[in-house]
Amino acid sequence: MNQLAVVDVARHYGRRKALSQISFTCQAGEIVGLLGPNGAGKSTLLNILATLLAPSRGSVQYGARSQAEGGAEIRAQIGMLGHDLFLYPELTARENLSFFSKLYGLADVPTVVATALAQAGLADRADDFVSGYSRGMRQRLALERALLHGPQLILLDEPFTGLDQSSTAALVARLQERQRAGCLIVLATHDLDVADGLLTRAIYLKNGRMVGSDTETRGLADRYRQALQ
Amino acid sequence: MMAGFFRVAWHVMRKDLTIEVRSREVLLTTLLFAVSVVLIFSFALVREGRAPDDVAAGILWVAISFSGTLAMGRTFERERYNDTLRALILAPADRPAIYAGKLLGVLILMVLVEVVLVPLVGLLFTAPILRYPGMLTALLVAGTLGFAAVGTLFAAMLVRVRSRDSLLPILLYPVTVPVMIAGVRGTAALFQAAPDEDMARFWIAGLLLWDSVFITLALWTFEPVMTE
Repeated sequence: MNQLAVVDVARHYGRRKALSQISFTCQAGEIVGLLGPNGAGKSTLLNILATLLAPSRGSVQYGARSQAEGGAEIRAQIGMLGHDLFLYPELTARENLSFFSKLYGLADVPTVVATALAQAGLADRADDFVSGYSRGMRQRLALERALLHGPQLILLDEPFTGLDQSSTAALVARLQERQRAGCLIVLATHDLDVADGLLTRAIYLKNGRMVGSDTETRGLADRYRQALQ
Repeated sequence: MMAGFFRVAWHVMRKDLTIEVRSREVLLTTLLFAVSVVLIFSFALVREGRAPDDVAAGILWVAISFSGTLAMGRTFERERYNDTLRALILAPADRPAIYAGKLLGVLILMVLVEVVLVPLVGLLFTAPILRYPGMLTALLVAGTLGFAAVGTLFAAMLVRVRSRDSLLPILLYPVTVPVMIAGVRGTAALFQAAPDEDMARFWIAGLLLWDSVFITLALWTFEPVMTE
């Protein structure tokens, strides 16, 4: 997937408009930030990009394929880290990763899982139940779960929430490593300090509408304020 | 294609059962509820060790349907917690296979409850559960499958709805009326003083027909209903 194109996407819940007239295009190797206050439509847009939610109007184009014609082939290219972490607390880290590896039909599951555990820095706690993990450990594990199948499009909803400085730095480093590998990363965040310098493209949302976008790499807080005025 | 379907269904079912073996939450609450239902009916209906004729079948299926509804709701409550249902449907697997895995998990839990429930009903209501064990098993499995097929679909649909606990039985019971009628009438035909094997076979065939209709519809509709 070399390009993601969002064309005039809208999403209504009954008469309430959660998203309206959203259009943008981004390329592989970018880190795109969806920025806006609560209720701006960031999570709704991420869910549409993840194919979990169908747009009421408009379309999303994943390279040459549209959401409508994609199905499992498009989902195979998407890795998502939600605000909730998509992990089973009653299973160990190894069991969580094994289950999702098998669900994704990956070959050599033990090796894939061992690599992911090492990447998350959890190799020595691999057989502990996830319910006993700290927020930071869960977040690292959840990210590796989302990356197990080598997705080209990585979607993250508030990935920095509840993380301490070192966990945040580790997450940023991992995302930049994926960016260098040619992945397209789209993240929704409130954390402008972390996003500043990380994003290659910022998309500003307010009340379900896109109120601006830019590709500046610094001074994000000022541009955010201006866009949302 | 089919191998992938069964592989995904197997892994989803295995994951659900692994979690259940560790927590025993759904099995124990469902079993306790089912046993309580049967005991309450026995306190109300059994006099001097004699139960009224032809009530055992109805009580058995009431307990199965009520406890099954509880099991389905609890199974999907787990998927709501940490939003893991979204992770399942985001996987590049056949979404109907995920449904099939969830259905198998629910079915196994319900059958385990019935392993306790059927002897209890036999004991308390002097129902001849060993007279036609093969046909009784066929009725129970076919009836439970039909009930669980619809219930699993509805429980998945309602997982993000706030009033899901009250909506699930409201939606489920009217749709599964044919299954309940077939289950009760077929079981009653085996339990009555003069058993009617032909009638039991007729209702087993009816249940198998309903099962095939319900499962086909559920597999067909699971993907669109899970994409909001």
